Amino acid sequence: MPERTVTGAAPALRELGYWLHRYRRIWRGTVVISVANPLLFLTALGAGLGKLINTRTAAALHGTPYLHFVLPGLLAAAAMQTTYVEAAGPVLQSVRTRGNYRAAATTPLDPTDILYGHLLFILLRVTMTGAMFALVGAAFGTVGATRALLLAPCTTLIGLAFATPVAAWAVTVSRPASLTMMMRFAILPLYMFSGTFFPTTGLPGPLRDLAEATPLWHGVELCRSLALGTATAAATAVHVGYLAAMAAVGLWAARRSYRRVLHA
Amino acid sequence: MPPQPLVTARRLRKVYGKPGAREFTAVDGIDFEVRRGEAFGLLGANGAGKSSTMRMIACVSPVSGGDLTILGRDAATDGPAIRARLGVVPQDDTVDTELTVRENLLIYGRYFGLSKVEVRRRAAELLEFARLTEKADESVGALSGGMRRRLTIARALVNSPDIVLLDEPTTGLDPQARHLLWERLFQLKREGVTLLLTTHYMDEAEQLCDRLVVMDSGRIVAEGAPAELISRYTTREVVELRLTDGDRATYGDELRSLVARFEDLADRLLLYTDDGEDVLSRAHATGARPITALVRRSTLEDVFLTLTGRSLVD
Repeated sequence: MPERTVTGAAPALRELGYWLHRYRRIWRGTVVISVANPLLFLTALGAGLGKLINTRTAAALHGTPYLHFVLPGLLAAAAMQTTYVEAAGPVLQSVRTRGNYRAAATTPLDPTDILYGHLLFILLRVTMTGAMFALVGAAFGTVGATRALLLAPCTTLIGLAFATPVAAWAVTVSRPASLTMMMRFAILPLYMFSGTFFPTTGLPGPLRDLAEATPLWHGVELCRSLALGTATAAATAVHVGYLAAMAAVGLWAARRSYRRVLHA
Repeated sequence: MPPQPLVTARRLRKVYGKPGAREFTAVDGIDFEVRRGEAFGLLGANGAGKSSTMRMIACVSPVSGGDLTILGRDAATDGPAIRARLGVVPQDDTVDTELTVRENLLIYGRYFGLSKVEVRRRAAELLEFARLTEKADESVGALSGGMRRRLTIARALVNSPDIVLLDEPTTGLDPQARHLLWERLFQLKREGVTLLLTTHYMDEAEQLCDRLVVMDSGRIVAEGAPAELISRYTTREVVELRLTDGDRATYGDELRSLVARFEDLADRLLLYTDDGEDVLSRAHATGARPITALVRRSTLEDVFLTLTGRSLVD
């Protein structure tokens, strides 16, 4: 039997190619959203709410203008939200309605190749969103240009920490309504209570402990300490370590659930 | 030495679920071989284990027991290398409805590592083969069910596979679309492509398959060419009678005594014989007045009924 040698990109990059091909048709819209989102937030919170806060409770923010304080929080939260939107629905559709995962599974790709390729695309999207967010922040003068540069890889890390467990779960979900529930009862509370808009030091004891145990809080703190220049090596290591550990566990779970679902 | 079979299954098993109470055996120790260039069928009712067998051959479902060799490789360890040389037409079309017909072929081809130039050339050929050239740049969402299935088949051919696997290829299609699809599959056969298909349509199995196995409850209950199975397991002809309930009660036993084999189905009686016209006239002589009476040749449906006591299509 003649051997046919298959050349071309590594299998995971072929899956990435699929997502990039789809993305070609919608990229303009996503860029507009990525810029408009921080613009709206910074205008409303900076010009509106910020004025009120800066005159009243500047002490809790250690003298930082509210806009400078809230920008890295919003950026970290946007990274989480973008990741959820990119990972949950598209993964469910890929395995159910559209079936592109099932189609890819009949090619030389293994389930883990499919996972890695899609994760690469999600990370690309979240990093783009983060970079755009930081760029708008720098344009507003709320974060220095060099510090803004540091924020983009932080959003990649936050993206990886959330994308892996979300994908691990979404590939097993059969009802789209479950995704909405998760958004409402997990993602939104994280968004509101992980120190995005206000310092968690103001929360009552147990609530504060809870907030500071969440992954988004570590993401917010990582971004904020880098943006405001208050980062210490120890604290940064803890935040990065937490998010990296979450990504590692998520990846283990996702490899497992992708194999179980696509190679049943 | 005879040429090596393309697929060899020995004591092949598929068990789902955790061992114990929730365990379910879908394929229960089957043996078969698929030879180069033939169209091989897995015929059986829903739940017989056909699709599970197909998924194992497609290397998207791990083998639970026994051996499965495909293209000289072990399905348990060489999945990617085997999949590189298979074409898979799944039961539900997994084409991307938001992309165009051509884009679907291009993207799928890239999964096999084909170069852009190569995959463009292949796509043009396959659009022609699938009679979809005019629809090439339309969105898949606008295609009919038959066109969509032909696109799925074209897509399965993008890597010039050694074996094409088709799981219930014409389920859900109207008669005209089925015939066009069969015609395309015949074309593939003529070109020497090995086809492996599952079906629960006996006419499809008779039309397309050189050889088939009949599956029931995860086991193979018969194997052979369609004509061979018909002559082995059933008579040449069948008399089909529909009677009123009254006639059925009055004449049932007498009609049964006319033939060696008799089936009492919900809506009709089947009398198996080598001389249909003779049995029909003797049935009329009993005094029964059938609502409809029909003499036809035996089919695989009758083989299946003989082997399993059940109809293929409920």
